Amino acid sequence: MKRRPSKSASRTRRLPKCPTGIQGLDEITRGGLPRGRPTLVCGGAGCGKTLLAAEFLVHGAVRFGEPGVFMSFEETAAEITSNVSSLGFDLADLVRRRKLALDHVHLERSEIHETGEYDLEALFVRLNYAIDSIGAKRVVLDTLEALFAGLPNEAILRAELRRLFRWLKDKGVTAVITAERGREQLTRHGLEEYVSDCVILLDHRVDDQIATRHLRVVKYRGALHGTNEFPFLIGDDGLSVSPISSLGLNHRAPGGRISTGIPRLDAMLGGRGFFRGSSILLTGTPGTGKTSVAACFAQAAAQRGERVLFFSFEESPNQIMRNMRSIGLRLEQLVADGSFRFHAARPTLCGLELHLATMFKEVIAFKPAVVIVDPITSLLVAGTDFETKGMVTRMLDFLKSKQITSLVTSLTHSGHALQQSESAMSSLMDAWLLLQDVTGNGERNRVLYVLKARGMAHSNQVREFLISSRGIDLVDAYIGPSGVLTGASRVAQAARERAEALTSQQDSAGRKRALERKRELLEQQVAALRSDYEQEAGELRRIDEQVGTRTDLLTAEQTELARLRQADAIGKAARSPRRSGANSRR
Amino acid sequence: MKTRTAKRPDSAPRRRESKLWQLRLYVAGQTPKSVAAFSNLKAICESHLEGRYRIEVIDLVQNPQLSKGDQILAIPTLVRKLPEPVRKIIGDLSDTERVLVGLDLRSAG
Repeated sequence: MKRRPSKSASRTRRLPKCPTGIQGLDEITRGGLPRGRPTLVCGGAGCGKTLLAAEFLVHGAVRFGEPGVFMSFEETAAEITSNVSSLGFDLADLVRRRKLALDHVHLERSEIHETGEYDLEALFVRLNYAIDSIGAKRVVLDTLEALFAGLPNEAILRAELRRLFRWLKDKGVTAVITAERGREQLTRHGLEEYVSDCVILLDHRVDDQIATRHLRVVKYRGALHGTNEFPFLIGDDGLSVSPISSLGLNHRAPGGRISTGIPRLDAMLGGRGFFRGSSILLTGTPGTGKTSVAACFAQAAAQRGERVLFFSFEESPNQIMRNMRSIGLRLEQLVADGSFRFHAARPTLCGLELHLATMFKEVIAFKPAVVIVDPITSLLVAGTDFETKGMVTRMLDFLKSKQITSLVTSLTHSGHALQQSESAMSSLMDAWLLLQDVTGNGERNRVLYVLKARGMAHSNQVREFLISSRGIDLVDAYIGPSGVLTGASRVAQAARERAEALTSQQDSAGRKRALERKRELLEQQVAALRSDYEQEAGELRRIDEQVGTRTDLLTAEQTELARLRQADAIGKAARSPRRSGANSRR
Repeated sequence: MKTRTAKRPDSAPRRRESKLWQLRLYVAGQTPKSVAAFSNLKAICESHLEGRYRIEVIDLVQNPQLSKGDQILAIPTLVRKLPEPVRKIIGDLSDTERVLVGLDLRSAG
């Protein structure tokens, strides 16, 4: 807590910095080298020390209006000029325009005899003269350690070096002093003892037969700086350090969507495919069809007229085209049209840095809308895990900043924890598709699912992934009580279900028929009963009629009888027995 | 100190017959070391190269551009321009033996 005020105070009067103009280095050092102070750049042979120094001067002269003096103790002016001309730096022209002074200090110990006291005043005079002649603001001393070889008296030399650095500071020039890497210390002759403001270490390491250059800011007095080791590369246009952590996360996110080339997959991704400019990771075990999905996506993009750049680290372009023909993708024509471009390289061809540089260059030259990297894991062999992650980050950031959609395939090994190896990479990815093997019932099938898709509703379903001569299709995987079924077992399961349905259909039809029969039977019975009843009723009617007739006859007879007997009350006597007779019958 | 020419060779030469020795002494201002170097050189030449030498003194403070030509770093530096090959002797020339060896006026050891 107590230190806080002093900290903020130091921040307010921050060190003035001198931009190097070297891509990435200014980001790591947050602005450049300490202005007006010497910086020590040390490293082994072939690390790029001289190049870094030369670039510092050239950028200073060309871009920042700061002329520079290059004092070389090893190479002649002509050698330096020709060395850096391959990187597009025309030193001779800068010298002509008085933006640069080249001075070669030649030292040959065999020519020198030491007799008594001396100092290096001539070197100071020389440097001073060179600085003043062009008004230099930057100075490079490459490599001061040559002095140790050329001058016999180390005590004098050390005293003079101390004086030199003091003098450089007083002169107010920003100096870069290169030195050979020492065995136990940073530099062979302990120059770091004198230059304490900023020390940059360059390193050229060979891991698994692949060389990668690294840069590390060992020390930067009075300023914050990135302390990591950063891979750097020497490309056609000079040195470029690729800081991993210093890249800002501020790329624009376009909202458009881009089809995957597989309709069902689009459907799984909210119906419209990936976001344009997003990065997509496609992981899978060997033989799950990663390249096929990638090629499908690429073809769809190219057919829409977008430019596609396909980085292949496993197969040659011809091989990919041939293989993709078998699933109905015709890439040859697109390649011939120029909208589709392959870049194939063996991962072991060069170090990671150079791969990255090449990819950057290709992307810048071809200006694609879609970039495929198949597979990114092949590059693992060209660098360590960390480096690969760093490289992927830089690559993706770069592509995103250019709003290029990137699809990166990654090989996982069966048996490995599936997500483990990619979890680091996945955090950088916007969408992650997983291709997986499902083995069972004597066959192997592929399934696909969307592990994540930032910013869109996506299906959580496992789909079976079919590759046929007509292309790629996704079908619903059967998910039943016995788990996910794919391939033949899915078909078998479907057949089984159909059979079951058929059986139950037949069953119900049978029942229906039985019921129908029953109904018919009942109806017959009803009809029989009815006819019985009809019969009986008919009989009854007949009987009734007979009874009526008989009554009538009887009445007639009685009437006749009464008439014969001359009775008065015929009607009454004759009617009453008839009514009672009818009642009893009913 | 201005450039000065020593006496013309007239007497019989002892070594490197009748050749004129051209010596160039680089200094930077009138420092004690420079003054010492000049007087030491003068003494050596007088005793070993009498009449056959010429000493040119170059003050780099006045002519800084001249340091490039002879690849001068240390001050003082004595350069033997002639006879060839060119030899360089650095220091205040106080060690006469080493100066003589350096100038090839006496073989080492």
